[in-house]
Amino acid sequence: MAALTIRDVYKRFHSVEVLKGIDLEMDSGDFTVLVGPSGCGKSTLLNIIAGLERQSSGNIEIGGRIVDNIAPRDRDIAMVFQSYALYPSMTVRQNITFGMECRNVPRVQRDEAVGRVAKLLQIEALLDRKPGQLSGGQRQRVAMGRALVRDPLLFLFDEPLSNLDAQLRAEMRIEIKLLHQRLGSTIVYVTHDQIEAMTLATRIAVMRQGVVQQFADPETVYNRPANLFVARFMGAPPMNTLAARLEATRGRTVAVIGYGEAAIRFPVPPEAEGWNGRDVVLGIRPECIAEPTRHFSDLPGAVTTIVASVEMVEPTGAETIVVLRLGDERALGRVSPDVRHRLSETAQFAVDTRKISLFDPASGDRIT
Amino acid sequence: MTHAVPAAVQLSRQGTLSALRRLPEYLTIWVPLLLSAGHLVSFALWTIWVSFTPSTLLPVSGWVGLRNYTSVMATRNWTIAFDNLLLFGSGFVLLSLLIGLVLAILLDQRIRGENVLRSIFLYPMAVSFVVTGTVWSWLLNPGLGIQKLVNGLGWTAFRFDWLIDRDMAIWTIVIAAVWQSSGFAMALFLAGLRSVDADLVKAAQIDGAGPIRLYRRVILPTLWPITVTVVVIQLQFAITTFDLVRALTGGGPGIATLLPALVVYDFMFQRGLLARGAAAAVLMLLTLLAVLLPYAAWQYAQRRKAARA
Repeated sequence: MAALTIRDVYKRFHSVEVLKGIDLEMDSGDFTVLVGPSGCGKSTLLNIIAGLERQSSGNIEIGGRIVDNIAPRDRDIAMVFQSYALYPSMTVRQNITFGMECRNVPRVQRDEAVGRVAKLLQIEALLDRKPGQLSGGQRQRVAMGRALVRDPLLFLFDEPLSNLDAQLRAEMRIEIKLLHQRLGSTIVYVTHDQIEAMTLATRIAVMRQGVVQQFADPETVYNRPANLFVARFMGAPPMNTLAARLEATRGRTVAVIGYGEAAIRFPVPPEAEGWNGRDVVLGIRPECIAEPTRHFSDLPGAVTTIVASVEMVEPTGAETIVVLRLGDERALGRVSPDVRHRLSETAQFAVDTRKISLFDPASGDRIT
Repeated sequence: MTHAVPAAVQLSRQGTLSALRRLPEYLTIWVPLLLSAGHLVSFALWTIWVSFTPSTLLPVSGWVGLRNYTSVMATRNWTIAFDNLLLFGSGFVLLSLLIGLVLAILLDQRIRGENVLRSIFLYPMAVSFVVTGTVWSWLLNPGLGIQKLVNGLGWTAFRFDWLIDRDMAIWTIVIAAVWQSSGFAMALFLAGLRSVDADLVKAAQIDGAGPIRLYRRVILPTLWPITVTVVVIQLQFAITTFDLVRALTGGGPGIATLLPALVVYDFMFQRGLLARGAAAAVLMLLTLLAVLLPYAAWQYAQRRKAARA
């Protein structure tokens, strides 16, 4: 069953178009992450789903019911905010039960619900404190508690982890994922952090300038990005995008980077045949370029060994990022920390060519 | 060793230079501070001293203990002035708080022409109390102002003569003072409302709070510190009110609208009882301290709390 359907939603502020025809459909139990750079319209879209802002045109359907004319309180949703938005004058308990108080739920039921949620989130000891007496991580938990206590059709998260430090963010990420797995709730989650998107989502919608660039599961978004924007936005360090041209050699299609002696050739899928003789943009993830002893695959032709000069190395501890010169361009590779390259030396690298993406240089769209 | 000497010289020269460069700062801060503190503190101390002397028309030395205080407090003028202060202070503070808050909440609804309205509401602040008092004395004058206007429109039975009514005259001062300073309360409240996290309002909307519950439970509690500040500022204004009453009622009818500052003025400059006037002034100062000291303590506690959090 579709838990949330967004149909052709536009949003204009005066003459500025913030959302340009959004169409998304989410099933019950989906964890959908809306990700994109700031100003892409993701938060506006979330506010429209919540009913806090009104779309200029189009429909929102929650649980099979069109909610365009229904107030936020009656949409059966709960929301977690970036600033947590805990009511400062109320205790944690009052914060969690405020929604029930507004709906005149009897006290016995309220207490029961608070107990259940507090246990789930391990905030029992904090119930009688005020938000001002809590740490960032504790506030985050209370904010989630306030959402969980409603047991709604749809959870909305608006960059909930942005105000936490890196370590706490990683912890809360795991907790949110565990909660989703345990409760099977339907979640729409807005973030600008592509790592959060990759780790949490069952479906990712990458947005840019009010348009959904790609709406797919994380693996597809990562390995088969729909266009150059998605390719460069998802992944850190980002995908290498190199100017190349397709040629037919011995009946096979290859992508060629650089000219003459120094040219590097990668096999590409036969579906790209139609682009023989034309310029393309070749995208390859840094982790697909590694030291020659790396074992990527047993498939014949999957791995190509290339020779390139090393311009810079960045050891991170777990691995070393190398900056290579491929033709006229730079590319990043990720090699084992045991391999020590000297600067300007020429070395061999293994390239996993199965995961090469090709893009149309004019439109930026994926070719194959 | 040979290098150490020039370095030290250079250092001290830099020190003098930076002190010179900061000279304007010192001048602008310390000279006015010393002058005003000198004025305030020295005259306050002098007044306290005079209040314990038998001075009449001119200050004389001598010690009479608390005699001036007891006799001031025994006068009818003083008890009436203090009763009036209680009425005027509470009425004025509560009304200006309420009106200021309502205006601020209404202005905060993203209405058109907010800037114009805000200026209009704040404008009375720019008028001197003497002008406010004079204008309201015309408006409230039954033979000249509002009553005459309404009578002239045909409602001949309409009476609005508080200005000449012994029991109600103190409320005319409340009206004028509220008119003058609700805009100030509004400006402070509006700033407070604007600093409320927009997400709080959104969260309350999703929780299903209607406008009344939203303000009562979520927004207004965040305005506590501002409310306290407004109350204290308005109270200290109420306690020291002089020019407004002077221009509006002159303390009358009879002595119905006397306030402590008028009593001080009366003792000192009209009856030539300097020591009694000084004693009354010191009593006013004590009243002020009764308001300001708890406020200072409260602020100190707030700051400590903020520093700990």
